[in-house]
Amino acid sequence: MATRLAETAEHSSPEEFKKHLGKYYVVFVALLCLTAITVGVSYLRLNRPLAITVALIIATVKAGMVAGVFMHLISEKKVIFAVLILTAAFFLLVLLLPSFTTFESSAV
Amino acid sequence: MSVHAVHPADAAIPHTVEPHPVTGIPNPKFGIWLFLASEVMLFGALFSSYVLIRTQAPHWPPEGGLSSEILNVPLATLNTAVLITSSITMVLAWASCKMGRIDRFRLWMGCTIGLAFVFLIIKYFEYTDKFHHGHFPAFNNFYAVYFTLTGLHGLHVIGGIIVNTFLLTIGTRLWKTDPEQFTNRVENAGLYWHFVDLVWIFLFPSLYLL
Repeated sequence: MATRLAETAEHSSPEEFKKHLGKYYVVFVALLCLTAITVGVSYLRLNRPLAITVALIIATVKAGMVAGVFMHLISEKKVIFAVLILTAAFFLLVLLLPSFTTFESSAV
Repeated sequence: MSVHAVHPADAAIPHTVEPHPVTGIPNPKFGIWLFLASEVMLFGALFSSYVLIRTQAPHWPPEGGLSSEILNVPLATLNTAVLITSSITMVLAWASCKMGRIDRFRLWMGCTIGLAFVFLIIKYFEYTDKFHHGHFPAFNNFYAVYFTLTGLHGLHVIGGIIVNTFLLTIGTRLWKTDPEQFTNRVENAGLYWHFVDLVWIFLFPSLYLL
């Protein structure tokens, strides 16, 4: 549904297009609110694992909004998702590589 | 299918406006997404190194205390807001092109570039404060990670300023001959700019707050 809406926005007249601008302002305000929340939470001095989890969840939600709405990913073509899935897989591999070296050093 | 005037310099590049039959999107857009994928790997490798260095350190930051006490959280929060605001002005610059308002495009693109400079000025104050206290990248791993990640991000901000300034000045000439291609260029510059914002969204909490 969201996809179809956004696609309509892409190909509509300037007047029609203007009606779809509201979502950008909503995301903008949401991003500012989430920034305030993540800074506020950091002052609570939560224990480290919980603090990391909360901060990364908020950052992921913010990143999702930027990628989905500002970068129009919610209405993008399949080929871009294919590129991004590959990228995500390699990114995870790079992120996990150090943990393999950690296992090795702790075994010695 | 409308016929577009082809600029001589772009004559060799097919599918700048109309979608490529295989990918379903214009070539420049596909290109910028592939570039962003490589950027994810660039920042990903450095982020992975940060995780390794940090998890293996007996204390983080090494000199004791908390990251939020060593780095300037209020300034970084302000910078986060500045970068988010520059993302919406970039969207509005592209939307102005879509609505045929080149005057509005100039206004919003000018704001985007201005905000990028504000980000760099704030970063300059953060850096010089650290340098005054003798905290250079070689001081310890914490500062090495901090300067490498924020420095590379800062270079990307400068790159964005260069591209956006081109689009605001001599690049705008394309609007007269092929407004659709110009709009696509603004969209692609926007994709890059939002990515720079997106990287900061992860750098800010992981460097300053945790």
